[in-house]
Amino acid sequence: MGIPDFMLRAALAGAGVAIVAGPLGAFVVWRRMAYFGEALAHSSLLGVVLGIVLGVLPWITVLGVSVIVALLLYVMDRSKRSTLDAGIGIVAHGALATGLVLLSFVETARVDLFAYLFGDVLAATPHDLWLIYGGGTAVMAVMVMFWNPMLSVVVNEEVASVEGVNVTRTKLVHLMMLAVVVAAAMKVVGVLLIVALLIAPASAARQLSRSPEQMAILASVIGVISVIAGLWASYELDTPAGPSIVVAAIGLFVLAVCFGNRSVRSAP
Amino acid sequence: MRGLPTRNRPRIMIGQMTENNMLLDADGVAVEIGGQSILSQVSAHVESGEIVTLIGPNGSGKTTLVRVLLGVLKPNAGRVAAKSGLRIGYVPQRLSIETSLPLSVGRFLKFGVGRGPNRQRGKRTAVLTEVGAQGLIDARMHDLSGGELQRVMLARALLRDPDLLVLDEPVQGVDINGQAEIYNLITRIRDSRGCGILMVSHDLHLVMAATDRVICLNHHVCCAGKPEAVTRDPAFENIFGAEVAAQLAIYHHHHDHTHDSGGAPVPLDHSHTYQGDTGAHTHGD
Repeated sequence: MGIPDFMLRAALAGAGVAIVAGPLGAFVVWRRMAYFGEALAHSSLLGVVLGIVLGVLPWITVLGVSVIVALLLYVMDRSKRSTLDAGIGIVAHGALATGLVLLSFVETARVDLFAYLFGDVLAATPHDLWLIYGGGTAVMAVMVMFWNPMLSVVVNEEVASVEGVNVTRTKLVHLMMLAVVVAAAMKVVGVLLIVALLIAPASAARQLSRSPEQMAILASVIGVISVIAGLWASYELDTPAGPSIVVAAIGLFVLAVCFGNRSVRSAP
Repeated sequence: MRGLPTRNRPRIMIGQMTENNMLLDADGVAVEIGGQSILSQVSAHVESGEIVTLIGPNGSGKTTLVRVLLGVLKPNAGRVAAKSGLRIGYVPQRLSIETSLPLSVGRFLKFGVGRGPNRQRGKRTAVLTEVGAQGLIDARMHDLSGGELQRVMLARALLRDPDLLVLDEPVQGVDINGQAEIYNLITRIRDSRGCGILMVSHDLHLVMAATDRVICLNHHVCCAGKPEAVTRDPAFENIFGAEVAAQLAIYHHHHDHTHDSGGAPVPLDHSHTYQGDTGAHTHGD
């Protein structure tokens, strides 16, 4: 076998994240939460630094910070006191900048910032794989349970509420899942590119789908293809893995826009 | 052109205010949003088999009251009592579906019914036929016209076998002929299903003919009762102006008259009034 172990682990880690990112990314697209996801992603760097400072496993602090930020944004969204757009920006960049400043205080500054910003999937350990597949399975299970209420909320919150859907709970569940996936995806594509892994495959899938379910599954498939293509390019051409995966996903999106469109749009 | 729905057509008679017919009963409802009073001392009720229309100018709190009645919004004061196990079918004022969400009519109809038997395709086709949207089950939601969308939303609400239908501006985005048809359809649904219907409207002419009771709202209930009584109420004139009130009164006069003589050209009369034709004005003078 010509595939080295680290490539296999990278592919497994990337595919694991891409599979979950597919349907979750579809919801991000439907609910127009790309910027929201961006805020979660940026603040996860703060989580990493906190993990180093406190001396605990980074995924714990990353998840913790993601969940807190998700809740914070949710409360801001509800109160409608400030425009959410600016509020998200403040939280996102506030967390990112605070993380970078904190990092400079860490004595053992052998932390590879680049790896956190752009991913380090080639260095995925078996431990990472456990985290990704454990978290991924949990998220998928919750998603299947909440699929219909989540979709119903996307279509119309008020109607969903009248029809017996607990809208607040459904939205919070979605945010928590997003927080988990962002924490997991950081290893693969890094803080700055997580959102691309969420929205590019879903947007490509949109061009080819007739139902929400089709779009969600296709998004996973396109995500996995992007991961494999990106890793292949990284291996053959010695390009950075995370950005290569994102470039592959964007490439597939462009292809889908060019060739997928007509058959879906001009249906009877 | 089809005739307008008429109030006086024969239909199932409703018992007078008997408790077991009561679907929703709101009493002394007050809502404040951001320190501003939106509703105060509002009482309203809907019984099964009747069509109640909530009218009032823009910003008068109609949709807020509907949200309170639906249980989506908690009032700051007052009570809303609902019949136990009340099933509500709700059609919102506006439904704009994300363009990024691929959704067929058939899939859309599944949302309201959960895992019940009305999920079956046959049931969904039947309810689409009931609302005059047959053949649309495989159409995409984004391709529907305003009238088709209203019918499809109505179908989704009906699939829940509701005791109460709540329709917020049911003719929004529908052309004038289509509007009459939708009101006709609403009356037919009430007649065949016997459910209660609560409508919100700021459009006066057509809705007056299609309703049993009117609640005129302007942050509080200005007047309520049968349409012909409400249009003569000074409070109604204050809100909508004497001109509109007079037009509506004329409208009812003609309406009753054609019924009595039993063969007058109803559509002609209607076109006179509901298009706001100034000619209608002179009729009544």
